[in-house]
Amino acid sequence: MSVLVNKDSRIVVQGFTGNEGTFHAGQMIEYGTNVIGGVTPGKGGTSHLDRPVFNTVEQSVKEAGANVSIIFVPPAFAADAIMEAAEAGIGLVVAITEGIPTKDMIMVKEYLRGRNTRLVGPNCPGVITPGEAKVGIMPGFVFKKGTVGVVSKSGTLTYEAADQVVKAGLGISTAIGIGGDPIIGTTTLEAVQLFMNDPETEGIIMIGEIGGSLEAEAARWIKSNSNKPVVGFIAGQTAPAGRRMGHAGAIVGGAEDTAAAKMKIMAECGIHVVDSPAVIGATMATVLGKVTA
Amino acid sequence: MNIHEHQGKEILKSFGVAIQEGIVANTSDEAVSAAKKLTEETGTQWWVVKAQIHAGGRGKGGGVKLAKSLEEVKEKSGEIIGMQLVTPQTGAAGKKVHKVLVAQDVYYPGPSETSEFYMSVLLNRQSGRNIIMYSTEGGMDIEEVAEKTPELIYKEEVDPKTGLLPFQARKIAFNLGLSGTAFKEMTRFVTSLYKAYDTIDAALFEINPVLKTSDDKIIAVDSKVDLDENALYRHPDYAAMRDVREEDQTEVEAGEYNLNYVKLDGNVGCMVNGAGLAMATMDIIKLAGGDPANFLDVGGTANAARVEQAFRIILKDPNVKAILVNIFGGIVRCDRVAQGIVDAYKSIGEIPVPIIVRLQGTNAEEAKKIIDDSGLKVYSAILLKEAADLVAEVLKK
Repeated sequence: MSVLVNKDSRIVVQGFTGNEGTFHAGQMIEYGTNVIGGVTPGKGGTSHLDRPVFNTVEQSVKEAGANVSIIFVPPAFAADAIMEAAEAGIGLVVAITEGIPTKDMIMVKEYLRGRNTRLVGPNCPGVITPGEAKVGIMPGFVFKKGTVGVVSKSGTLTYEAADQVVKAGLGISTAIGIGGDPIIGTTTLEAVQLFMNDPETEGIIMIGEIGGSLEAEAARWIKSNSNKPVVGFIAGQTAPAGRRMGHAGAIVGGAEDTAAAKMKIMAECGIHVVDSPAVIGATMATVLGKVTA
Repeated sequence: MNIHEHQGKEILKSFGVAIQEGIVANTSDEAVSAAKKLTEETGTQWWVVKAQIHAGGRGKGGGVKLAKSLEEVKEKSGEIIGMQLVTPQTGAAGKKVHKVLVAQDVYYPGPSETSEFYMSVLLNRQSGRNIIMYSTEGGMDIEEVAEKTPELIYKEEVDPKTGLLPFQARKIAFNLGLSGTAFKEMTRFVTSLYKAYDTIDAALFEINPVLKTSDDKIIAVDSKVDLDENALYRHPDYAAMRDVREEDQTEVEAGEYNLNYVKLDGNVGCMVNGAGLAMATMDIIKLAGGDPANFLDVGGTANAARVEQAFRIILKDPNVKAILVNIFGGIVRCDRVAQGIVDAYKSIGEIPVPIIVRLQGTNAEEAKKIIDDSGLKVYSAILLKEAADLVAEVLKK
């Protein structure tokens, strides 16, 4: 078991023949991910990376059984691509694209209400279940198979955490990069719930950032529903208020937005909160009682 | 992207939102001509001279003054243009005023009392929908109202499928205690305001105060307009409103090289790939006994040219006593980054502060070897913990 993606996932790449799509689809295939083909409107019927190219997502579902989509479409067209995947009945859409206008995402969020499509991202590194499927842009070799689930708003910080987990003698069940934009599909809470229900996951690492209330929301649910240890870190303890720190969502607005406020709420809810991002892996090993000498 | 009050008002007006009229002036002579013209157009007898900078609280710092004669317009605009305006939002250094808005006086006497309201439009991140936030307590600091009298702040969420509906506009006008002409004016005001927000891809509107005049007009006396940078490609006319003089010059320069840089007040510079890891690295610096001098995300392609540019930008800050480079190589190969650092070092010449380089991920071992063999005075690390310890060690020296 694992969550969201596994060896049975059949992945279609939207924006398949562009630079980003080509490079990362190639990396995903090399990793062993079951990429069934891609979509580039107007190039249907051709072949790319030894896989078929379709004109529409619907064709990729009907003709090749796609059930997961990854999106590398440029920002101006990405919202349309997400909605096309949902309309075609794709169950999981992973949007890598950075820089989608907020107004477009408001529309996407509305469109997805009541549909059976889960969105991860946008502006995220994607999802990986080690040894089974890499649906994202993360360096696959960092993630070794194991029992720790990772949910994170940040890309490279996810790799950092996974690396520490592996070096601490543990491994990853699935890592989910949810993205750092103001409007995202899957929230921290939803990712945590998936891991709580996954028999293979024994511990959860939750990495947040300043801005928004996703971590506090997840923490409050964990307090009354958790049956697994959770280690948490919030990046941006030293970030000044009112300044945007790279991610559009990473800006301290109100009092609840700060790293200190989030860490306090998380600690009160029983999460093992670490001050330093250098001890995420070691702390997980300690709370799972699996410290290697 | 922030724009000036006068630019925000121009946009609002183009959507039919009633505003306090005004004309921009770059000198005190221009201000006098503007005042004369404004009187011809609006009949105003007095004028308000308002400093145009990207920060709120301008009145508190002496950046907004009433002038009751053309002589006073000349005198007061002369004082404000060129001044270093310090407000609660600018920081101690303040901001230089390059231009003023000469605006009509809207607090003239009339049949009824004037009243001031607060209104903003913004995204509710939890629901993924826009909300109109408004209050009877206008003209005041809204954070203070939220703290002391939260019951006086109302919120109206907008369904993106329908936009703001007429009943919602009426509800807002009722909650603000309006009736008669002012009530109708307010429904028109808020409807146009939301239409503007939605159409121009705004990220924030804050109108404080919204004024009910003594003759029952509803007008925007101030405007704070923030535009969604990701959507500027759809609005080249608004994108052209950017005033780089209002931004930190080093940050502007960094942006030209696609480096995401934010200047801070500390003593340890940092260069990182990825926004989350960059913030985490700032936190590491603090825990090691230093203070971060900046946020700097070099992005996904940390090649030699960008690394060199990043070093040059960090070194412009005289407070920097050490630099921590933290790269987690995924797609980016660490050995290439290491070579970039060595090349940058040689190209810049003597870098006067100690540099700690932590490269982890793809080809990290090879990268460490390149750094160690280069003969440069650079401390290298592989684990984040080691890098943190090296920062602490360097700062003790």
